[in-house]
Amino acid sequence: MKKNTILSAKNISIGYTIGRNKIKTVHSKLSFELQEGELISLIGPNGAGKSTLLRTLSTSQALLSGNLSFKGKAISSYSEKEISKNIGIVLTDSTQTGGLSVYELVSLGRQPHTGFFGRLNNRDNEIISEALEAVGIDHKSNSYMSELSDGEKQKAMIAKVLVQECPLILLDEPTAFLDVVSRIEIMNLLHKIASEQNKTILLSTHDIEQALILSDKLWLLSKTKGLQCGVTEDLILNGSMDSLFNKKNISFDTNHGVYYPNINWKKKIIVTAANETLLHWGINALNRHNYACMGIEDEDTANYALLRISSKDNVEILNPNKISSNIKDSKLQFNNFESFLEIL
Amino acid sequence: MNASHTSKKIEVEKLLSQKGTKYIVILSILIVVLFVMNLIIGSVHIPFDSILDILFGNTVEKSSWNFIILGSRLPQAITALLCGAALAVSGLMLQTAFNNPLAGPSILGINTGASLGVAIVMLFLGGSITAGIFSISGMFAVIIGSFIGSMLVLGLIIFFSTLLKNNIMILIIGIMISFVTSSIISLLNFFSTAEGVHSYIIWGMGNFSGVSTEQLPFFIISLSLGLLISIFLIKPLNALLLGSRYAENLGINITRIRNLLLITVGILTAVTTAFCGPISFIGLAVPHVARLMIGTSNHNILMPTTLLCGSAIALICNLICVLPGETGIIPLNAVTPIIGAPVIVYVIINQRKIQYFN
Repeated sequence: MKKNTILSAKNISIGYTIGRNKIKTVHSKLSFELQEGELISLIGPNGAGKSTLLRTLSTSQALLSGNLSFKGKAISSYSEKEISKNIGIVLTDSTQTGGLSVYELVSLGRQPHTGFFGRLNNRDNEIISEALEAVGIDHKSNSYMSELSDGEKQKAMIAKVLVQECPLILLDEPTAFLDVVSRIEIMNLLHKIASEQNKTILLSTHDIEQALILSDKLWLLSKTKGLQCGVTEDLILNGSMDSLFNKKNISFDTNHGVYYPNINWKKKIIVTAANETLLHWGINALNRHNYACMGIEDEDTANYALLRISSKDNVEILNPNKISSNIKDSKLQFNNFESFLEIL
Repeated sequence: MNASHTSKKIEVEKLLSQKGTKYIVILSILIVVLFVMNLIIGSVHIPFDSILDILFGNTVEKSSWNFIILGSRLPQAITALLCGAALAVSGLMLQTAFNNPLAGPSILGINTGASLGVAIVMLFLGGSITAGIFSISGMFAVIIGSFIGSMLVLGLIIFFSTLLKNNIMILIIGIMISFVTSSIISLLNFFSTAEGVHSYIIWGMGNFSGVSTEQLPFFIISLSLGLLISIFLIKPLNALLLGSRYAENLGINITRIRNLLLITVGILTAVTTAFCGPISFIGLAVPHVARLMIGTSNHNILMPTTLLCGSAIALICNLICVLPGETGIIPLNAVTPIIGAPVIVYVIINQRKIQYFN
């Protein structure tokens, strides 16, 4: 189903000015589009320019050159008030809002729509209550912001940006400092908002795991390769994830969607297991102990020890004397990984 | 879902408006009471019905009473009322704008800047002018001097705040500016006449009796203007609680609001300092008293409460000042720290428990 484009950039340069005249360009000739109803994760190494890009898109930082248009019009033609009703942000900035109730904080998001003293009418209150319920903190609406946990505070900030009623929401590392439960809850919430409310949500994150699961598109940003955009699965399968962090000793596991350090193997061992899961975790433990793993068809089983994992409590080593010449048995059996790893 | 929404909405709104109106009503009544007490209490005993007569324009037995009430006590009470409000509101705006709960007109050196402006006019340009008796043009010059002095220091503080992110450092810069400004004032005093120095010192002790009946209209209008602008700044101040990046995203023009805010603080502190001397602690402590009392940082309620609290506390201070009666008047700057400093110490010690500190 073809979606509408809400933001499009043609050959833009982003960066900032140092002092009076010097310009530091962080990226140049970037072109991309953002569609309605999608959750996009912006991933890349520290210092790649993710925050600069987000600040430029939110018009908080000036565009150095190029064309950036929002809903078909040049973004520079929008007034501050119009921007406030169209682009919302969520950051990790600290605030002075500890003394406000959650309800009062979220109601600040209605400022672009309210009159002189920020007075709320019935419609405003309805929108606020709906947002509090959507993020799941309506039971805390009368608590002080200072009493909330970090995860709840972020949800409150997300509720605030929801009541701003913007079609585009930008988040700068919204799940930093949060535990895995909060991270999943928030990513899930953002995904739901994007698809159910047809909003465009772009977030920068270091949580690769959740990004790959829930994002419709990925933006990979690095100093060396610039910006690569694409559907999540396409970028995973065409190897873009592997070359994103330009480091020789880090690789991307395309099967499991995680980055892992390359092993510094000193010894070899042959591994066979009853299923994929046992094989994967067996190799994981052996790699950690500096063993390179081979398949049973690959090598001559007589020259190396063979590890056979039948189940989680049945692990056998054949030819254990290849591991250590002190071992005299021809076969060893263990009933958990802990005892078998002691041999290595 | 709709029924629970509506009832929750009403619950929350009731809560918010209850918090606010209760204290505003109590403070307003308190202010009226204190105002009347300020008219009654003084070195000369004047019966209450005579006071009412004088206020309504009727004649009384002693014509000197007329002068005492209309020429001395009434202007003093009005001055205290407006000065207290002006300083408290200035303190609140500085605390929110600089994201610093310990900001205030005196600690940031703004009062001292205004004092320097006054000192230059009084000692350098004015020669020997006795405190309390100025010609209107002379007084106007003092006010201009005061305004320029306070704006200069405000400008310096803004400049440093763009360089420094650390709040404590800004306060220390403010204190350093205060020291430098004080040394310049000392120099001016050193090279001035005995009467000039005397005037300046007496002025520096702070008092609410510095406004004559002719100057009262100007005083009332300029401070009311400043307070009115502050009321209009309530919505942007709430946005500034989020920090400048979020506030910008909510449609606030940060530069314009900050400039308006600082000019307003400039007017409020300049006029109060010019007429009453540099008054410390009201700007710093009253916003905290208000926040602790009403339990919210929402400026919709906090701004009016701070304003009224400031007036009430200033009226109380004025009463304390005239307590000695015939033996004289206690300097204002001897009274305000005794009330203000314990509040600040309390807030600092309890900061972990205080919600707006976190």
